[in-house]
This record gives sequence, C-alpha cells and structure tokens, in this order.
Amino acid sequence: MSTLEIRDLHVAVGDKEILRGVDLTVRSGETHAIMGPNGSGKSTLAYAIAGHPKYTITSGSVLLDGEDLLDMKVDERARAGLFLAMQYPVEVPGVTVSNFLRSAITAVRGEAPKLREFAKDLKNGMDALSIDPAFAQRNTNEGFSGGEKKRHEILQLELLKPKIAILDETDSGLDVDALRVVSEGINRFRGLDGSGEKIGSGADTGVLLITHYTRILRYVKPDFVHVFAGGRIVEEGGPELAEKLEDEGYEAYTKATA
Amino acid sequence: MGLETKPLSTLHERSSYNVADFAVPTGREEEWRFTPLSRLKGLHNGTAGGAGAVDVTVDAAPEVTVETVGRDDPRVGKAYVPADRVSAQAYASFEKATVLTVPREAVASRPTVVTLRGSGDGTAYGHLVVKVEAMAEAVLVLDHGGSAVYADNVEFVIGDGATLKVVSLQDWDDDAVHVSHHHAQLGKDATFRSFVVTLGGDLVRLSPSVSYTAPGGDADLTGLYFVDAGQHLEHRLLVEHTVPNCRSNVTYKGALQGDDAHAVWIGDVIIRAEAEGTDTYELNRNLILTDGARADSVPNLEILTGEVAGAGHASASGRLDDEHIFYLQARGIPFDEARRLVIHGFFAQLLEKIEVEEIRERVLSAVEAELTR
Repeated sequence: MSTLEIRDLHVAVGDKEILRGVDLTVRSGETHAIMGPNGSGKSTLAYAIAGHPKYTITSGSVLLDGEDLLDMKVDERARAGLFLAMQYPVEVPGVTVSNFLRSAITAVRGEAPKLREFAKDLKNGMDALSIDPAFAQRNTNEGFSGGEKKRHEILQLELLKPKIAILDETDSGLDVDALRVVSEGINRFRGLDGSGEKIGSGADTGVLLITHYTRILRYVKPDFVHVFAGGRIVEEGGPELAEKLEDEGYEAYTKATA
Repeated sequence: MGLETKPLSTLHERSSYNVADFAVPTGREEEWRFTPLSRLKGLHNGTAGGAGAVDVTVDAAPEVTVETVGRDDPRVGKAYVPADRVSAQAYASFEKATVLTVPREAVASRPTVVTLRGSGDGTAYGHLVVKVEAMAEAVLVLDHGGSAVYADNVEFVIGDGATLKVVSLQDWDDDAVHVSHHHAQLGKDATFRSFVVTLGGDLVRLSPSVSYTAPGGDADLTGLYFVDAGQHLEHRLLVEHTVPNCRSNVTYKGALQGDDAHAVWIGDVIIRAEAEGTDTYELNRNLILTDGARADSVPNLEILTGEVAGAGHASASGRLDDEHIFYLQARGIPFDEARRLVIHGFFAQLLEKIEVEEIRERVLSAVEAELTR
C-alpha cells in the first residue's frame, strides 16, 4: 500500500509561478485523471514531482509513503518508486534500448537481473505492446515515431514496476490501435484484465494520468477526475466529470481563472 | 603535389623535403596557431637533439613483407612530400625506415601490428611506408606507447582496387610529445579506412591526409580522442580531391575533461576543378565534460568545381545534454552511471567501425578507464 501526497505545491520556472498550491493524494489501487487546457500547468506538475532541473519548488511538499521526494535526487525518486512516462521521451544517442532498460532495472532493483530472465521479460513486454523485437538493439527513442516512443515508455513502466506512475499525455499523438495497446499496458500495470476487472486483488500501484482529452479514459477508467486550470485544481469529481468535460470543454474553467 | 606542379590552395600552401624551405614557426601562422610550440621540445626549430629511441617491432601477417631500409630506398618519400617544418625535420632526420608490402592480390589473413615504444630521453624520428599492391587487402595496427619525443611520417600507398584498414592508437605516457603525418595515396577504386584513437601524451599533433591518383577512391577517416587535464591533442585532416568521382568521409569525436585539456581539430577538404563528382563530408563533435577544457574545431571546405555529388561539413562542441541525463536518472540510474552511458553512447557508433575485435575491446576499455578517472 503506497501513498503519494502532494501538499500546497507551488512551482516556478525562472521567476514565473506556474503551480499555485496543488493538493492531491494518490493511493495504490487508485487511478486519478488530471484534465485541463493547454498551459494550465499539468505537465509542470508531472516534471516537478519527478525533479526536472528546470522547475523550482517554491513551497509545499510531495511525500511518497511519508518520505519527502523533494529532498531526493531525480534517480533517488525513481528508486523510491516514482515513475514518469514523458510526453516527449528523450532520444539518447548510442545507448541501446536493451542496455538502457538493463541499467534502469539494475538501478531500481538494486541488483543486475539475470541475463536470461531479463531477455525473457523484455521479449514478453515487447510482445504485449506490439513492439518489434529489433527495437531492443536500436538507440533509445532515436528515430522512433511518436507512438513507438509512447509504447516504449509503457514498456519501461511494466518492467520497472513503480509504486506510483505519472503518465503525462501518454495518449497524445496515438492512433486508435496504438491507444488501445498502450491502454492495455497501463491496465496490466494497474492489475486489471482486458475487461477492466481486477486480476486477483489488483496491483499495489497508483496512477496519475494527465491528459487533455477524454479519449483514453474510455480504456483506462479513472476513479477520480481533477480539473486543472491556472496552476491549481479547480474541480474534482468521479468519472462523470470527464463526461461533462467531453460535452462542455474547458471554457468555463479558463474564463474563471483568466 | 610538389611546389611546381599544381596551383596551391590556401589550405595546402607548400610541401618540400627540405627543412630550410619552411621558416621556423612563431605560433602566429595559421597552421601553428593552436599548437603550444614551447611544449614541442624543439622539434619545430632545430634545437631538438637526437639520441632518443622509439623501438619499432612488427608482428606481420604471413602474407605481408617487412623490411628495414635506409634513407636511399626508392620507395621512401614517393607518395608524400612533407607539408610542414616538423614533418620535413622528421624526413631529414630518420635513419632507418620500415617498409611493409602486401603483394598484389594478397589478402592478409590477420592484422599486422606495428608496435612503437618510446624508451625515455632524447628525440627520435621515424618513417614508415605501407604499400598495398593492386587488389590486395590488409589490416594494420599502429600501436604507439611509452615515453618519447617523436616525429615521424607514414606513407600509405594503396594500389588499384586495393583495401587498407588502419587503426592508429596513440596512448603515450604523460610526458610524451608526438608529431606525425599520415598520408594515404589512393589508386583507382582503392579503399582506405583509418581509425585514429588518441588518448595519452602531453602533446600529440597528428595530421592525416589523403590524395587520389585515379577515380573511384574511397576514404573514410574516423577519429576518437579523450583529452585529460593539461593534455594537448590535435588532429589536422586534409583531403585533396584532385580527380573525379572519389569519396571521402571524415568523422572525429572527442571528449574533454579537466583544466587546460585542449583539443584541436582542423578538417580541410579541397575539391579541385578537375574533381567532378566528388562526394565528401566531414564532421567533428566535442563533448566538454568540465570547466577549464577547451576545444577548437575548424572545418574548411574549398570547392573549385560546381559539379560535386555532395560536399558538407559540421562541427559542434557542447556539454552533456541535461535532458539525456534527466531521462536516465528518471529511470533510477544514478548520475555517474547516466553520464557514463551517455558518453559511451557518444562514441558508440565510432567504436562499431573498428572491425578488429581485439582492438575494439582495447579501445573500449581505454575509454572506460578515462571515464572513471
């Protein structure tokens, strides 16, 4: 059982304040969707929690199971059980997917995986996400299409098995087939089967899904929906809130904060 | 390519066997302005003594002939005329030359390894001629190490349809000074692959050059260097396209770390009016890992014909990309390991070009060793 607690988080880029007091708690077994218009600060929230150097925390706290993530280096946060699937995964020249994943698994587990076991996990993971096995020997994200990059992010999610995953616009730029494959991966991570039912007692993981569109929520059903505007959460509700946004858009919220 | 035969390009001003034809450099000349002359131990102004020794041993493939010859051997100085004062000094001062011959149509069954080891005090001069006769193929390793003040010239004469692949490793002791010219002369449809790795030495100035005697020549020159505090590692490339339909590709990459680590890369390509259908590209990348390190990178492309198949160059020097490091760290990989992976990745594509596995492994472990310093 894990808990990510975000308390009164204020974040700036340079001297411009982007997040103005975010409060949110994600527990394992829960999926939270954060929805909002472009420029509302959704991605800032994701990158600030992960520790990207561009963002300065001006006040507030982020605790993972009681430990202050903001005191940790980027890699320590990941090893503590945090994962950020990026909207724009970075191309790393000369570092193969296989080498990258093995290094990441070694770091997160604290010991190198057995070669045979790693090869098997990698193959199964790639098969499940319909990734061509040849990608294992390609340089990380280099020359990947948008959809291939997103599948590769979800492959990492499934192999690294974090406690809490933040998925930053994982659905953007995906066609319907890719969206389905990626959503299935997220659901496996959540411990759900193909029809959205828990496998056994489900997985001990929490998901914070950041998206602009409701489309992915048809595949990855959220327990809670938060509307983000002007750097804070302006409305919260259940899945029905997403339906409302689908019909009415964000106009009401952007006007209110402008 | 003598003084009298061709109109001279600004990128290749003169060549002569005679030291006196070159003025003593002052450091203001274009070709010397990056080199710290005070650290050349007198190689440039005639004050360097002799009496030093660089031992040359050759472990040749059975198909390759090895000879040690005197200055008067007709094969010496055929393909290359010294292009600067130190090169002319080396040409005037060497006593014995090594000549390697790969006979016509012979395919060397294993790499030929020339080991050059400096043994301390004094200045030494050398000359090496590698003749790969028509349709022959060979792989050559030049392995430089030890302590020395050494100036030498190397001539690669690659016959029609022949292939020569050379790995030249400069991994000298910390006090060594090495000034060297490597000239490759390509016959019709000849193939030349050069892989230069420069890691150790106080000052290394290596000038690889390429000329073509007939169409169809294909030269690929790759270099990798790792400059530590106080080191000056300089590579000066010159490719002269004087005949039609030849190809050249130059890719040099280096990493620098520590105070006064200095890398210099000069990439000169001349495409003369006669050289229609030339295809050439040159690239230099420097990865500056710490403050206090400096990389000078100067590509020059002089095109005297409009009929080229391709001609371009690129040069960039920069620091480690924060986004690369962030991405790896965001997956739990600690900073030092992330840095190692990215630097390794920076060199990875180059390392794949070394076909001799034993050498590739050795270069790989040398790079790994540099990363943990």
